Amino acid sequence: MPEKILEIDEVTLRFGGVTALDGVSFHITVGEILGLIGPNGAGKTTCFNVMTGVYQPTSGSVRFEGEPLGRRKRHEITRLGIARTFQNIRLFPEMTAVENVMVGADARHHTSVVGALVRSRRHRQEEQEGREKAMELLRFMGIDSRAGDAARNLPYGYQRRLEIARALATGPKLLCLDEPAAGFNPNEKAELLELIRKIRDQGYTVLLIEHDMRLVMGVTDRIVVLEFGRKIAEGSPSEIRENPAVIAAYLGVPEDAA
Amino acid sequence: MSTGERLQAIDLRRVRAVSGMRRWWSRLPRGTRFAVLAVVAVLLYLLPVLNPPIITTPDSDFATVLFTVTTYCLAALGLNVVVGMAGLLDLGYVGFYAVGAYSVAMFASPSSSIATKYPWLVCVPIAIALSMIAGAILGGPTLRLRGDYLAIVTLGFGEIVRLSAVNSPGLGAAAGITSIPHPPGALNGQPIFSVLDAKPYYWLGLTLVFVVVALVRNIENSRVGRSWLAIREDEDAAELMGVPTFKFKLWAFAIGAAVGGLSGAMFAGKQGFVSPDSFPVLTSVLFLAAVVVGGAGNRLGVIVGAIAVAYLPERFRGFQNSRYMIFGLALILMSIFRPQGLIPNRRREVELADRKLDEVGVEVNA
Repeated sequence: MPEKILEIDEVTLRFGGVTALDGVSFHITVGEILGLIGPNGAGKTTCFNVMTGVYQPTSGSVRFEGEPLGRRKRHEITRLGIARTFQNIRLFPEMTAVENVMVGADARHHTSVVGALVRSRRHRQEEQEGREKAMELLRFMGIDSRAGDAARNLPYGYQRRLEIARALATGPKLLCLDEPAAGFNPNEKAELLELIRKIRDQGYTVLLIEHDMRLVMGVTDRIVVLEFGRKIAEGSPSEIRENPAVIAAYLGVPEDAA
Repeated sequence: MSTGERLQAIDLRRVRAVSGMRRWWSRLPRGTRFAVLAVVAVLLYLLPVLNPPIITTPDSDFATVLFTVTTYCLAALGLNVVVGMAGLLDLGYVGFYAVGAYSVAMFASPSSSIATKYPWLVCVPIAIALSMIAGAILGGPTLRLRGDYLAIVTLGFGEIVRLSAVNSPGLGAAAGITSIPHPPGALNGQPIFSVLDAKPYYWLGLTLVFVVVALVRNIENSRVGRSWLAIREDEDAAELMGVPTFKFKLWAFAIGAAVGGLSGAMFAGKQGFVSPDSFPVLTSVLFLAAVVVGGAGNRLGVIVGAIAVAYLPERFRGFQNSRYMIFGLALILMSIFRPQGLIPNRRREVELADRKLDEVGVEVNA
């Protein structure tokens, strides 16, 4: 029985009269790439937000490694080991690429204000270690040539990759990617696919929200489909491809269904 | 579109000019840089002795003016941590300055209501600690607010501190507290710090400015400084990347308050007397003006700003009556022609240039 890293249990989230998530349950297994798909407004990003502590579910619970997240603060959840990227890029635009990643790495650092004031040994050690880790991640993502540039000056594709590098720097066990290929051309998408596989092979578990069906089918081990805040299907890519409910709700196009 | 392009060109030129200076400086050999800084430091210490013409203040004691400038520099450095680095607008900074000054007055003066008569040197750490606590007390409930709301609450805080002093007999009420001892030390049987000569106060103040600059620099180049920057740029993203934003905002407030308290303690030690009149709202505004005029986020910039705010009015005392009018006019002109400050922070400058381009409808970020 493979271990579950994250369990979402009967999660419902209401904003006033709107039900954004309606009794959604699924889990993520250690070491897999799980795809979360669904039409626009199905509640995919909302689901991310519940998992990362941005919203508290109205009812139901989220358990990470068997422990309920409860009312943990967002930065505490990050430290537990859930990291994410954003659908609309949210880097620190005026900080350099390497500084952006270092902010992520700082999630695992312990230098206090006093330590920084007197430049303690631990502070200097963590600074160096953080910088090295950041550079290594930039290399891994293939954007180390622009390490010293302000994030806002990076090309769009680099910004997307930088977000992933920053998320990886927080030392997560579960990496949540919110439409990482949005706005990419087919070539870039193929490269990203390769990267996501590489990330998984390094021992991370990946949750992927994506619109591009080919990308999702090509890279994921399992897929969960949401529609109008409800889970309508769950299974392997080939099962999902055949599922009539999914075809009706989402794919709809004969070539894709074939 | 052409307006936008022109604007962009101007801004680029401006950014390049400043960063050119920076590059030139950072490329100098370490030894040369150190020598230049040492010469500048010695000249600064000698200022009141040399009494250079033009720079000196004909209408008031030059050393006293210089000392006031150092207290403003300290306050501006502290406020810069809050406003420039963490991006939190604080309009009541004089409150911390007052807490520092009153702490020294209460614990040092024989005529205060508690009359513990501790020496000045013992009172300074007490003043710093109490200011920090005041910063944490103000920050605890209010740092959950953002932007304008935080500014309003802090503005109230500054006034509350002053009015509390006015209405508390224990704090000397409106009359204030007198006979605060000066800093210690004697030379040939004469006390170094007296009412007769302001030079030693200036030297002490200048030394503290150097120390604070070094400490603030250490913090800025650390996990803490990075967190402040991240909070300023995107607070939610920072929190989701594991930055305990509330904790670090509170630290920014506490550190800023501590430096403000130190400045107030210096003021009390020199003046020998404090009263609520010394801490009006206007002083908060002047501190903030120093930070904004100099260039928020840049240490050298805010020092230049503090000098502009504290020194220029003294230098031109001859224009007594129109001082504040000229000052106001200068502020307006600054905000039109150089909103990023005299010596801007590299990142802030770009942020402002962006905003301007946004206004004329140019796509900045693809």
